[in-house]
Amino acid sequence: MVGIVAFGAYVPRLRLNRQAAYDANKWFAPGLRGLAKGERSMANWDEDSITMAVEASRDCLTSHKAEDVRNIYFASTTHPFKDRQNAGVIGTALNVEQNLSAADIGGSLKAGTSALIAGLNASKGGAPSLVAAADKRMARVASANELNYGDGAAALLCGTENVIAKLVGHHSVSMDFVDHFRGDESDFDYGWEERWIRDEGYSKIVPPAIKAALAACKLKGSDITHFIMPSLMPAVPKQMAKISGIAEGAVRDLLGANLGDTGAAHALVMLVDALEGAKAGDKIMVVAFGQGVDTLVFEVTAEKDKLPKRKGVSGWIARRKEEKNYMKFLAFNDMLPIEKGMRAEFDKKTALSVLWRKRDMIYGLVGGKCKVCGTVQFPRSQVCVNPNCHAIDSQDPYAMAGLECSVMSFTADSLVYSPDPPGYYGMITFPEGGRFMADFTDSDKDQVKVGAKMRMTFRIRDNDTMRGGFKRYFWKAAPV
Amino acid sequence: MARGIKDKVAILGMGCSKFGERWDSGAEELMLEAYKECLKDAGIDQNQLQAAWFSTAIDEVHVGKSGIPLSTTLRLPNIPVTHVENMCASGTEAFRGACYAVASGAADFALALGVEKLKDTGYGGLPGGRGGPLQALWNASGTAPGNFAQLATAYMTAHGVSGEDLKKAIGHVSWKSHQNGAKNPKAHLQKAVEMDTILNAPMIASPLGLFDCCGVSDGAAAAIVTTPEIAKALGKHDIVSVKALQLSVSNGSESGHNSWDGSYFHTTRIASKKAYEEAGIKNPRDEVSMFEVHDCFSVTELVTMEDLHISETGKGWRDVLDGFYDADGKIPCQIDGGLKCFGHPIGASGLRMLYEMYLQIQGKAGARQLKNPRIGMTHNLGGAPRENISSVAIVGRYE
Repeated sequence: MVGIVAFGAYVPRLRLNRQAAYDANKWFAPGLRGLAKGERSMANWDEDSITMAVEASRDCLTSHKAEDVRNIYFASTTHPFKDRQNAGVIGTALNVEQNLSAADIGGSLKAGTSALIAGLNASKGGAPSLVAAADKRMARVASANELNYGDGAAALLCGTENVIAKLVGHHSVSMDFVDHFRGDESDFDYGWEERWIRDEGYSKIVPPAIKAALAACKLKGSDITHFIMPSLMPAVPKQMAKISGIAEGAVRDLLGANLGDTGAAHALVMLVDALEGAKAGDKIMVVAFGQGVDTLVFEVTAEKDKLPKRKGVSGWIARRKEEKNYMKFLAFNDMLPIEKGMRAEFDKKTALSVLWRKRDMIYGLVGGKCKVCGTVQFPRSQVCVNPNCHAIDSQDPYAMAGLECSVMSFTADSLVYSPDPPGYYGMITFPEGGRFMADFTDSDKDQVKVGAKMRMTFRIRDNDTMRGGFKRYFWKAAPV
Repeated sequence: MARGIKDKVAILGMGCSKFGERWDSGAEELMLEAYKECLKDAGIDQNQLQAAWFSTAIDEVHVGKSGIPLSTTLRLPNIPVTHVENMCASGTEAFRGACYAVASGAADFALALGVEKLKDTGYGGLPGGRGGPLQALWNASGTAPGNFAQLATAYMTAHGVSGEDLKKAIGHVSWKSHQNGAKNPKAHLQKAVEMDTILNAPMIASPLGLFDCCGVSDGAAAAIVTTPEIAKALGKHDIVSVKALQLSVSNGSESGHNSWDGSYFHTTRIASKKAYEEAGIKNPRDEVSMFEVHDCFSVTELVTMEDLHISETGKGWRDVLDGFYDADGKIPCQIDGGLKCFGHPIGASGLRMLYEMYLQIQGKAGARQLKNPRIGMTHNLGGAPRENISSVAIVGRYE
């Protein structure tokens, strides 16, 4: 029996207040007033689809060992790299490399469900597959998309042991219905008229697809307990359910009020949200629309209640900081030619040969533990750092990303260039031993104190814009 | 312990350029300004120099690498010139090289010259991003103020000092240096500043405000050293000799091992102890007449006075507030204005500190002359509290 064995999610801490965004743009687009309520998630300046997918994957793997993962599929329409496997970065950050097959899946808003189908099929033989989906969607200033979109990620572990939601069946159709597109030369989506999308797209393509999926699963519409279907038109999922004989009460909330539509990730984000509260026997239908339709049906098993607690969508949504500064949203999305000063001009060239040699240290936050004296240290070095030991070639790799640490000393630096000044950084110490001077992120004045507990998080450190946008990733400390 | 170099080397002459934002000068002009004064003071001919040590720390923004820039600027007689770099402790490093050459007998006359030209970068503060390709991938994106600000937070935590008390104490450190700098015509900043101005200045890296940070300056300083015997033979009186030169360099334990609490300079404690031993100083609080220490930030000076074993650990802030280190206190510190006001052209600073000790001991310090100082001690620090080079020099009357 193949199915989902664990789930996780990630939502950035910042939430853009939609009224604030509307207020900034209403001089130009007063028609957006109807959307000016609630909030949408907003990636910090150091987050992208890779970093969010890493966080969702870590959340998912709360209960499972990363090294058991044999396949990684990473779905997004905003992969940071066009040519360099994005899924491979996630694998290295999770310290999974050996015997791993990895693939990026993109090109459509149904990339998330397509990745999930691929992951489930790859796991049939017993090899666990991690499916991560994330999007950091760009939208033009004063557009409806800007208010409707959100940034976020989900991750699902597929396998055959202790399945919490077994795959009942899946069905796909593929057709080149272009409701919107984003060409190679643009950062932004170009969409067609909503009424046409609704009447000629959703209404004619989705119901037959659902019907075929139900038939393949030998189910009726009324059997579905949770109906998941992302759409920028909130009425559409309800209409599709009604046409398909699915109860209106089964239609899942689109999470628009405080998250927004997370693109290729959204079907999986909504699936994680549904799984969090689902009971054994619940049947979940996931429908994703995008140049065709993917439909998957799951049945929740009794194993679900045994799954250890994780943050999930609800936990990450609960961790929030309201952002009313629309200018900051623009700056974080590189939509504002802000004066960064000369200190932002330093060359960010990465020595790829160094990155390769030190990839476990840089992407995996793997330090060392001395076999002679037991001292944990970062980075791992050839000579033990303990002044009373100094043993040579004595250290075993020691993964530190999952360890809680605390602040020994810190500062809020107004001189250093930071896209979100002041720059917070400080000496963090790990209780098992080991310390280093780390950049902080998601930090506020009232949270960062000597002794404060911190959690390591995988983030963008620099962006080498001189060379087409090579993102340097490393780990930062964030308040627990 | 090795015998050390106490009284084996004498300072024959010194020179120091005007420090400041020297828009009129490049590194070459600054070098020559210090060198001309130094050579004249030494009273020898350039052709008598047998070796030279040249210190710069951020040479990529001015002269470039190697000993060639010094040799070509001064047109030295094709003698060995060694370029040294040990971050902000580079100046003392050049002096150390020259002294060892003389102490060993390899040279009768050796030159140490340090220079830094920082005001051709287009922005304030020190240039950043000078680590190697691995550091660039993981080192926190900090600045000097941010690194030293953490010394303040750790010091407060370790000794239970309130933010208000510490702010007052480090404010007094800067206030005192401004008082002193006002009497120094070569200083970058020659203006006394009110305490209120210091305490209410904009924050640079909390808890360090603008007046807790030293200036970024252009400047050069130089010394010519020889043996006391040669100095005497040349007819010199009031000879200033080197009593101790010690250097201690971090090995990563502060930055990587949880035994260090961030509140002190491990290296300074080691270097100063060795220096007192080399100089034969038993009780430094009674025997040292004056200090020039590395006050890159006000809190650095405060903590350094503990690590030099002058103030009790955790109590230095009280000595500061009691005026112990003021110009009229028991042991004046930064009588020339310090890095804070004389300025901090990186590669020159260690030599600049020695210049003040040399002038004071000879009674040539003008309006800021102390009464009969006998022993002067300098402390020149490179790097950050968690990883640094601490160099200590003790000079005094040759008797």
